[in-house]
Amino acid sequence: MSVQLLTYLFVGLSFALYIGIAIWSKAQSTNDFYVAGKDVHPVANGMATAADWMSAASFLSMAGLIAFLGKDGSVYLMGWTGGYVLLALLLAPYLRKFGKFTVPDFIGERYYSSFARKVAVLCLIFISFTYIAGQMRGVGIVFSRFLEVDIETGVIVGMAIVFFYAVLGGMKGITYTQVAQYCVLIFAYLVPAIFISILMTGNAIPQIGFGSTLVDSSTFLLDKLDQVTLELGFTEYTKNVKSNIDIFCITAALMFGTAGLPHVIVRFFTVPSVGDARKSAGYALIFIALLYTTAPAVSAFARMNLIDSIQDQSYSTAPQWFKNWEEIGLIAWQDKNDDGAIRYSSGNALEGTTPKYSEDRGKHGERLLENKPNQGNSNEVYIDRDIIVLANPEIAKLPGWVIALVAAGGLAAALSTAAGLLLVISSSISHDLLKKTYMPHITERQELRYARISAAIAIAIAGIFGIYPPAFVAQVVAFAFGLAAATFFPALFLGIFYKRLNKEGAIAGMLGGLIFTATYIIYFKFINPSLNVEEYWLMSISPEGIGSIGMLINFVLAVTISSLTKEPPREVYDMVDMIRKPS
Amino acid sequence: MDKRNKEYWNSNLKIVSVLLVIWFLASFGFGILFSDLLDQIKIGGFKLGFWFAQQGSIYIFVILIFVYVYLMQKLDKKIAKEEDLDQ
Repeated sequence: MSVQLLTYLFVGLSFALYIGIAIWSKAQSTNDFYVAGKDVHPVANGMATAADWMSAASFLSMAGLIAFLGKDGSVYLMGWTGGYVLLALLLAPYLRKFGKFTVPDFIGERYYSSFARKVAVLCLIFISFTYIAGQMRGVGIVFSRFLEVDIETGVIVGMAIVFFYAVLGGMKGITYTQVAQYCVLIFAYLVPAIFISILMTGNAIPQIGFGSTLVDSSTFLLDKLDQVTLELGFTEYTKNVKSNIDIFCITAALMFGTAGLPHVIVRFFTVPSVGDARKSAGYALIFIALLYTTAPAVSAFARMNLIDSIQDQSYSTAPQWFKNWEEIGLIAWQDKNDDGAIRYSSGNALEGTTPKYSEDRGKHGERLLENKPNQGNSNEVYIDRDIIVLANPEIAKLPGWVIALVAAGGLAAALSTAAGLLLVISSSISHDLLKKTYMPHITERQELRYARISAAIAIAIAGIFGIYPPAFVAQVVAFAFGLAAATFFPALFLGIFYKRLNKEGAIAGMLGGLIFTATYIIYFKFINPSLNVEEYWLMSISPEGIGSIGMLINFVLAVTISSLTKEPPREVYDMVDMIRKPS
Repeated sequence: MDKRNKEYWNSNLKIVSVLLVIWFLASFGFGILFSDLLDQIKIGGFKLGFWFAQQGSIYIFVILIFVYVYLMQKLDKKIAKEEDLDQ
């Protein structure tokens, strides 16, 4: 069977499974729709959280990013796992005890203010839509490369599937499809990693494999990689390029941002008890760690294999995957020295950030570019980092079914995260804005109907993002984490651990963190991108890491303003006492 | 009753602070600040600082959460027992 047919088969089967689960787990009440009836087993919730959390970015992009960043890529590994320790120890058990439906719910009641609730809804919607745009790009890439359909068709099919189980099943439907999606995505990630690890190092465990010697040699893989990268003009693979303070701040922003992301927090509202919320965070991190400890191994293998298979090859005999990805516009080759061979080294090959293809072909059959070659270096190859995970099985010449499996896994990762995000958007609208603020008299049935309608509208908007992706998707991802760290984390943490914090302090803190972080990112990413280099940054902290400073500003403002204004009412003290007790 | 709640909360804070110190050391310490220093030690093909940054810190995170779950379960039981004795 051809790879394409296999891919249709795997993707089709997995979609049929998701729809089956959706029909089986239809939501009957708002309790079902928002928090899955609060009776999800902690292991199942752990899997659902892992799938919810691991997005197209984790599955498709992360290993590729690390492959090119080397040790600097560790910020993603530590940042996106370490946040779970904060979540488990500082937030999840208490928010579960609070026992309501959404994150703005907690903020609104703890700070006895509907203004605070609205600020929270605003941050939540912004963070979640930023995130969804990235998922849709992932769906688009998988569909266009492996099923050879238009990105539009791909996105519409993906949206239809999510629509079906998110609108019908709400949190309940999403939870059980996410359990299935976790199984699909982790299997799809591990199988090629294990194959490649065996091929390259003879060790079946990738986590050990990438610290082992290469097959038929006594050289360690990482030593070889250090040597090769250095020869091609890059920094050694296992050395940092970024400054320590920047790495520190980016890691912190990602960790605290993770702990403050509403779609992750809300997963802990679905388990039966406080003890289960703690356990569930542990299971979630095990399931996540399985992928996150494999990813850096995949990165090292991929970087090595990539260099080996294209370096100094003549284009006419270049491997087929190279040409396939060139066709869909994610690889480009410009024969700078006109010798017909592919020369890969450090530096941007082209002027401008992405390749612009002309209609014509060069004399070796390559797609010609409108970009001028960058004469500052001799690199001839542009490679989009998002393709590494998808191309890896092909680069390593693995069988067709493995490639098809990876496509199904990438879709599972993207769809599960998109669904989780859509749910927090729709519940913050139907519950926090309508029921709790503007239309307090609606019945539960009406609220449920509004929840479904807002889920449907949110899906439509996400679909538009997928078909017409904003050019700045990658840039705004820094936003999501930075803003979550600078707004939600301090408000939630202080709400539990500092009783004296009042509404004035919390609102000032959230707005201060939000405005500072947003201004810094917008300035360097959109207004003045040419100044986005270390010498202009505040204390050499990049826009990716600035959320951690925004968080400190939030803390300082919140505590100072609180101590200058009047104490929160008695009921709030009682409420905090209540959530601090597990039973 | 109030005294017991206070005692419970203080034990909780103690557990959480000790675990967070380890959390900080494993990631920001070994993985970032002292990473280059640790890189001088090699275990198999891994430089130690690199290993902490890309593998070790994550294993430690997982262990920390389960230690927390265990300690809190013990604490919850102890408090529940004391409350039973009162009645």
